Amino acid sequence: MSGIYFGTIALLMIAGFVAVRGRAHALASTGAVGSRLSMHSLPMYHGLLAATLVLLPMLIVYLFGSTIVTRWSEAQALSKLPSEVATNELARGAALRDVYNILTGKFQGEPSAVLKAAAEALRNSSSLGGWLVYGLGVALAGAGLLFSFIRVNGEFRARNMFERIVKVILLLCATVAVLTTIGIVFSVLYETMRFFFDPALKGRPTVSDFLFGTEWNPQAALRADQGDIKTAFGFIPLLTGTLLITFIAICVAGPLGLLSAIYLAEYASPAFRAWAKPILEILAGIPTVVLGFFAALTVAPLIRGWGESFGLDIASESALAAGLVMGMMIIPFISSLSDDVINAVPQSMRDGSYALGATKSETIKQVILPAALGGIVSAFMLAISRAIGETMIVVMAAGLAANLTFNPLDAVTTITVQIKTILVGDQEFDSAKTLAAFALGLVLFFFTLILNVIALIIVRRNREQYD
Amino acid sequence: MTDISAPNAMGVAKQRRVDVTSAAAQARVRARYRSEARFKTYGLLALGITTVFVGVLLSDILLRGLPSFWQHRLVLDVPVAADAFGPPGKADVAAIRGGDYFPITKAALANAIPGIESRSAEKQLNRLLSTGAPDELRERLAANPALIGKTVKVPLLLSDDADLYFKGGETAIVKRAPRGIATPSGVNGEITVLTASNDFSDELITIKRALAAAAARTQFESNRLLKSPDKANQTRGTELAAEAKNLSTRAELSRGEEVLDDKVPSVLIEINGGLVKANKLGDSSITGEVLLPLKSTAEAKPADWKIVTFVTPEANRKVTDQEVAFLERLRSNGAVENVFNWRFFTAGDSREPELAGVRGALVGTALTLFVTLILCLPIGVGAAVYLEEFAPKNRFTDLVEVNINNLAAVPSIVFGLLGLAVFLNFFGLPRSAPLVGGLVLALLVLPTIIIAGRAALRSVPPSIKEAALGVGASHQQAIFHHVLPLAMPGIMTGTIIGMAHALGETAPLLMIGMIAFIVDVPQSFVESATVMPVQIYLWSDLPEKAFQAKTAGAIIVLLGFLFLMNGMAIWLRKRFERRW
Repeated sequence: MSGIYFGTIALLMIAGFVAVRGRAHALASTGAVGSRLSMHSLPMYHGLLAATLVLLPMLIVYLFGSTIVTRWSEAQALSKLPSEVATNELARGAALRDVYNILTGKFQGEPSAVLKAAAEALRNSSSLGGWLVYGLGVALAGAGLLFSFIRVNGEFRARNMFERIVKVILLLCATVAVLTTIGIVFSVLYETMRFFFDPALKGRPTVSDFLFGTEWNPQAALRADQGDIKTAFGFIPLLTGTLLITFIAICVAGPLGLLSAIYLAEYASPAFRAWAKPILEILAGIPTVVLGFFAALTVAPLIRGWGESFGLDIASESALAAGLVMGMMIIPFISSLSDDVINAVPQSMRDGSYALGATKSETIKQVILPAALGGIVSAFMLAISRAIGETMIVVMAAGLAANLTFNPLDAVTTITVQIKTILVGDQEFDSAKTLAAFALGLVLFFFTLILNVIALIIVRRNREQYD
Repeated sequence: MTDISAPNAMGVAKQRRVDVTSAAAQARVRARYRSEARFKTYGLLALGITTVFVGVLLSDILLRGLPSFWQHRLVLDVPVAADAFGPPGKADVAAIRGGDYFPITKAALANAIPGIESRSAEKQLNRLLSTGAPDELRERLAANPALIGKTVKVPLLLSDDADLYFKGGETAIVKRAPRGIATPSGVNGEITVLTASNDFSDELITIKRALAAAAARTQFESNRLLKSPDKANQTRGTELAAEAKNLSTRAELSRGEEVLDDKVPSVLIEINGGLVKANKLGDSSITGEVLLPLKSTAEAKPADWKIVTFVTPEANRKVTDQEVAFLERLRSNGAVENVFNWRFFTAGDSREPELAGVRGALVGTALTLFVTLILCLPIGVGAAVYLEEFAPKNRFTDLVEVNINNLAAVPSIVFGLLGLAVFLNFFGLPRSAPLVGGLVLALLVLPTIIIAGRAALRSVPPSIKEAALGVGASHQQAIFHHVLPLAMPGIMTGTIIGMAHALGETAPLLMIGMIAFIVDVPQSFVESATVMPVQIYLWSDLPEKAFQAKTAGAIIVLLGFLFLMNGMAIWLRKRFERRW
């Protein structure tokens, strides 16, 4: 169905474009309205307008129509099934899957008569709905074509109309980013609200339990004896775990990244820079799943082995291994952002300092770094936000047990690990456990949002200072 | 500066004089230069550490992953019985494809290593082959049914453990010439070999040492477990303590004969064309089972038999002594070949490491990235053009700008939550599908492309646009006909970098269920699929050691694509970017 629909769109667009442009051409070259110059718009624009007037209505009809048709035909199918199926969410999902499997011929075994009837209803109504949508789309496209065909004349401002449409489309493109943010906020917020306030949800914690509880154990909420569950969603151990790993990462990446940036910006010859920068770029381009593999299979056993030789007992999923590799991951961030801000410090400030007899390192420590401080701080904040939100390294190298500890040799878990653990695999949308992941997502989003916004403000202020 | 300008009490400027030639001053200068050199070294050191890390990372991946591009096969003469697939001469292709190949490969192996009597040895021999071993034979027979009833020379795929053994690292094998004449008591089953000299005293010492080392290791582990508060760990710790004690008693006891188990190195004897594994080891005799049958019970001169030690204890490796014996025999028969592992690129995922490949993940990646590209390139360019050229300066535009910068720094897993809540639950799109993966990744890389696009548009000098406007072009004509084409290389560079980013992204795809175990290569945008990074994650989680190599192999493929894309971006930048 979609194939036919989009084929028709392409066909009508080409046909409309050729026909309308041809008509405009003919009009322009005959003496009907004098000469070509007396047409307001070029024939090309008449054709483009026609094609646009086909494309837009048909796309809009398809986007809305197909959603409505799917919903409607599923409702038709469900009405053929026993009424208890329609009310139970799980049974409804399973029944619909069965119905779709019957239609695609993937159903295992012999379906029951009721299911067959439902499949039949679904097939009929979706094909009926599909043709309705198709008819509506073609009718609107035809109207658009007719409009542009009739309006081919000297006065019609086809270019202006086309350009207005283009501008609206461009605006819509720019709005996608805003819609994404809104989508994130609302979807995460909605599920979080359900997590805390939905009265139908069993075992939901209160907000303060979540924010200040010291025990995290989402599995407990699924047990049949829903006794002592409220303690299961304490967020504190995840926060400390995340902060511990982030702290280790910053301890590694901060000095290394900043010193690398200083060396590259102030000391390195252009040839050295050309050789050293790609190394940092390679590091920045390595997917985190690769770093996670390296952390889990190489770094963690290495650290454990060292610990054993000193008689230390290090967990095989220690925070140290994950933190070290994560630190390596954010070195390129810190160094490239700091490199930029150091380069943005005006040369005159350096020259002034040298003129007073300061050495290069004194200039850097006492003039350049204070001047670039804002930018460097924002680089660190962006790096921290990146480390907090990083998932794969900690999923592969950090643990699952939510230990409330500050010992880097112990296993800790992080917010992102828990989100991943909860949401991968089977999930029901009305369990507190699943919704807890969205609450964690909300916390993560706002955490990083605050860091990012502060960093962006500092960068902006810093830029204005020296521009 | 105050020193120079501040007047003293009498109103006369007093100059502070510093003697730069004094020893103290020169020491100060030297100290400052030293600190300068130190600071510079810190910078170099930081870069050095980073470089070393990148080097170690890449070489570690290469070392782990490169072996997975080769695999070992057995080339055997396989007798195919005339009635293997129905009555002779009547086998059709369906019967050949659906036939049972186990008896055929079993017969081929029995031909290759004759004289195996015990059931367990026979089982271990058959276990050497992969479940996919007959694939090549099946294809050949299906293509040419005339081969049925003949003996065909085909390669049979080895199992992952056998393959790992040939790739090395499982155990070192030490062979040593003895001094005495040896006499075996039989050719098969449980036999005793006596020698005329105390040939095995060295082995006894080695075994005792291994026992002592194992005791120390067990004791350490037990101490560690006993310290933990967990109840189960405590119990295990006590068990281990007892075991350690047992081991150390055995190590200290200086009895003449030692019973060998799978926790100590294996001692074997190569004699009369066969192989005997010692169960009991004395100074001048061994008792043990025959792994490979002997030709005779004749006496062997010192030059004709050998003491063989498999250094790694049997419990610590994947292949048993019996399997090592078979594999070594097959290798010395010249039946083992090492070939490039094409299957790695042509097969989908599998539970058997030797059969698993990345094709499914590669196709899934291609489908997903295709959706991402066709969505985020037009939208990204459109947004960049609008924001850079048409947007009025107002609150809304400001909001969009802040928003885009912010979105670029939102953790990727949050985009996964968005995909799960909006695309899967609200719009009801199919789980695990490349369509949804592509949508999520498009939203993820959109900010990158918009930012790159705006920078590229900004770098086109305004004179170009002004000239176009000057000769009567409309605003949009000036942008779309003149400015945008000039900005295109920059936009493409940004797009490729964004796509490379999308290629390496894992976390959001886990959220929308692209983690399913998928054997078939996906055919459409709405089928279940997986992508390269997720495949890497899935394999890295599996316990089989062979999958570690596969994981690293898949990482090499992924990194290859990434370097290719980044290289292309750099090339584009160098080739087309103009400095105005």
